[in-house]
Amino acid sequence: MKIFVCVKQIPDPNTVESKLDPATKRLVRTGVSLVLDPGDETTIAAAIKLRDSLGNSELTAISMGPASAQEALRRALAMGVDRAILISDSALAGSDVLGTARTLAAALKRENPDLIFCSTESTDGYTGMVPGAIAEFLGLPQLTFAREINVEGTKAVIKRVTQTGYEVVESPLPAVVTIASGSFEAIYPTMKGIMSARKKPFSQLSLSDLGLDPSQVGEAGAREQVLSIGKAEARAAGQIIKDEGNAAEIIADFLQRHQLL
Amino acid sequence: MSMTMKPTESGTAFLLTPVSESADKIFTLEQSDDEQRWIAESAATFVMREVLPKLEAVEHQEPGVMPSLVKKAGEQGLLMIDIPEQYGGAELGLLTSAIVASSIHEASFSVAFGAHTTIGTLPIVFYGTEEQKRKYLPKLATGEWIAAYALTEPGVGSDAMNLSTTARLSEDGKYYLLNGTKQWISNAGFADLMVVFARVDGQRPSAFIVETSWPGISTGAEERKMGIKGSSTRQVYFENTPVPVENLLGELHKGYKIAFNILNIGRLKLGAGAVGGARTALDLAAAYTTERKAFGKYLHEFGMIQKKLARMAAETYAAESEVFRTAANIENARRGAGENTEQVFKAIEEFAIEDSIAKVHGSEVLAYVVDEGVQIFGGYGYMQEYPIEKAYRDARIQRIFEGTNEINRLVAAGTLFRRVLGGKIDLMNRYPAIEARIKSGEALPAPGDEVPAELRTAVHAVERAKDVAIYAGMRVAMRYMQALENEEEFIEYLANLLIDIYASDSALARAIQAIRRGDENSALHSKLAQLATWLAHSRIRLNLDQMIMTYFEPETVSEELARVRAYVGDYLINGVALQRDIAAEVVAKKGYPLPHF
Ligand SMILES: Cc1cc2nc3c(=O)[nH]c(=O)nc-3n(C[C@H](O)[C@H](O)[C@H](O)COP(=O)(O)OP(=O)(O)OC[C@H]3O[C@@H](n4cnc5c(N)ncnc54)[C@H](O)[C@@H]3O)c2cc1C
Repeated sequence: MKIFVCVKQIPDPNTVESKLDPATKRLVRTGVSLVLDPGDETTIAAAIKLRDSLGNSELTAISMGPASAQEALRRALAMGVDRAILISDSALAGSDVLGTARTLAAALKRENPDLIFCSTESTDGYTGMVPGAIAEFLGLPQLTFAREINVEGTKAVIKRVTQTGYEVVESPLPAVVTIASGSFEAIYPTMKGIMSARKKPFSQLSLSDLGLDPSQVGEAGAREQVLSIGKAEARAAGQIIKDEGNAAEIIADFLQRHQLL
Repeated sequence: MSMTMKPTESGTAFLLTPVSESADKIFTLEQSDDEQRWIAESAATFVMREVLPKLEAVEHQEPGVMPSLVKKAGEQGLLMIDIPEQYGGAELGLLTSAIVASSIHEASFSVAFGAHTTIGTLPIVFYGTEEQKRKYLPKLATGEWIAAYALTEPGVGSDAMNLSTTARLSEDGKYYLLNGTKQWISNAGFADLMVVFARVDGQRPSAFIVETSWPGISTGAEERKMGIKGSSTRQVYFENTPVPVENLLGELHKGYKIAFNILNIGRLKLGAGAVGGARTALDLAAAYTTERKAFGKYLHEFGMIQKKLARMAAETYAAESEVFRTAANIENARRGAGENTEQVFKAIEEFAIEDSIAKVHGSEVLAYVVDEGVQIFGGYGYMQEYPIEKAYRDARIQRIFEGTNEINRLVAAGTLFRRVLGGKIDLMNRYPAIEARIKSGEALPAPGDEVPAELRTAVHAVERAKDVAIYAGMRVAMRYMQALENEEEFIEYLANLLIDIYASDSALARAIQAIRRGDENSALHSKLAQLATWLAHSRIRLNLDQMIMTYFEPETVSEELARVRAYVGDYLINGVALQRDIAAEVVAKKGYPLPHF
């Protein structure tokens, strides 16, 4: 099977405090350390697990981004992905959900994928809309919030996370699957993986390779517009309970009222 | 990758080069590439996921556990770093392997790992014949075989070249028959292969590759140790063990070369491991100060605790700077030397002083950090449930093996003298100008715009310290000449000066580099380097005072003391304010405030 996983390079959420640029109203991505989205690392783990259990399958990571996004893809290769594709073009700067999905879908289409993995959302933008849009562009079914995934014959079968447990959902292949965060144990590159990543195939595509017109993507093709940005409201001060013998009861009441117990 | 590193410094250059120039040449961890970071991460994650969950079993030396961990590290590729590609290795070089050594943050495993990858494997990498390499290295690269290094004996340790194990050629000339006892051999309990040193015909020691499945080899009971309890340490007995002649390693009677050259690398890696240990211990202590309260305050709110946290961070920063500066320099020199083993070791030998400094300073910084770490934990620090108690015990060995810190001080200062006498470094020519300046009471010009403003006084203080160390060292050397050998205390003073100079020079060069690069953490780099220099400078003055009082001509002592003190001067800053600033960063990051890789 030909399995794909869409990944993104983002400002390191562990060291970088995310900031919005008041002028462009976009996330500041320059001058900060960039990493493969940790959420995508889990998705890669899920994809690798499936590839290994299926056998005779190839896993390709695909990313749209500036040249620096190479590093995120190299990390994916070091983790065990077989092949990487970077779509990079100056005309892609400022792409919104639509432009991003259009571009990724165009690249995926050329590859005739059987299965496309995405994270539910990225850890920087959090729109959660790209996977659905990719599915739409490709005319494929989408399975969401998977915490387990298997291929049975020509179907993808997932356990979909719900508030109370999970439901089993299936769809014909090819399909787009989003992975619920925290469902798969993260894997990390081993020395051997890092060394072999040097020799794995890595291709870079431009817009013209994909047959896309610059007007359809990037700033030019964006349909989304951020009108204004505002500060999050400060959280209300917590309640401090002094233990006068009945603290446990008060806390239990509180939790019950909020349906946490 | 390290392949593309630009040529850097020559050995001992730090003593004669202005900090601001070195700042453009030295390697710092901030320059490491993604691949090196990931490798460090994979080593640290390996320890976290594979070693720490088995810590109880490791500590109690449950049979099979440690060897299975070493083998697992092999499966992941962690044992192949130093081995050439054609023998199944990754050939990533000393810098990457030093980065890995600093990321393996469990001491017992680190000793097993180091005994295998460094002192066990490297002798074959560097001195093995083609057949020996082909036969053994692929097995060592994967961990199929585990290696050990057997030099020490019950009667000899520091003076290992006086060893008494013998190797006698058999009558048919096919074997050497090995007889003798080796002591405190790491990995002895499960090693498949040992590099063993023994005398042939009463001559200087030779080295042999010995497979432990051969007849006539047995081991003693596991030693009961203060720390690194999980590492295997045993005596090894040889009784007419037949070693095929083709398993002689290197030249006959020239095993001492192997021993010394491999130790040089071992020392540097030990320094790297100590830096990693110090970062981990600081992490533990810093986190604790944000949890424990006394008198209604968190521990980190107390000034004396802030002082400890700041000094632990600054000393670690200096050691880290000097260790990786040295590792990259050696790696560059080694690559420059190509394939010729003699040239390679000349290149490595070039940094013998820096290696010894890295070992001594790294292990002493670690000792300081774990000691203050226990103190910060108070009574809990004395309890075995708390990992800082183990860190304290585990750290102690670092000042003893790979050449005791006394021996390494002798190596550092002794090598310097040999270099000067051999005309290998340009001290003799520099000396008259330095002497004239100090005697005339003229001050050393302060650095200008080439040094960022906030570091100028620190850099000036270190440059002055270099001058007086050269001045005082040469004065005493010229006074005692051959009799210097009997003046170990002087050698120690001189070694201490070299250590504090190299450490503060490296810290300042790294901070300057960070500022020039516009690093996001440059303000923190600058503060850590300033504090490290402040602490080093006061030790430098103390050592100089004592050295001059004892070793200058008695009638000149008062005058010389005044002169030298005036020249070396003060490094005047508000150290307490600096400590508080740094402590705040340590507390905010709950540990060593720069990335741990
Ligand atoms: C846990 C452990 C693991 C070890 N692993 C190995 C191993 O794998 N392979 C191996 O071959 N060895 C190993 N060793 C041995 C180790 O390298 C020696 O212990 C070390 O070299 C010191 O030798 P020694 O203990 O005989 O001390 P000694 O040489 O007896 O020294 C005693 C003291 O005298 C000082 N001293 C000695 N000579 C001088 C001098 N000229 N000037 C000033 N002071 C001096 C020393 O610094 C020390 O303080 C290990 C030791 C331990 C404890």
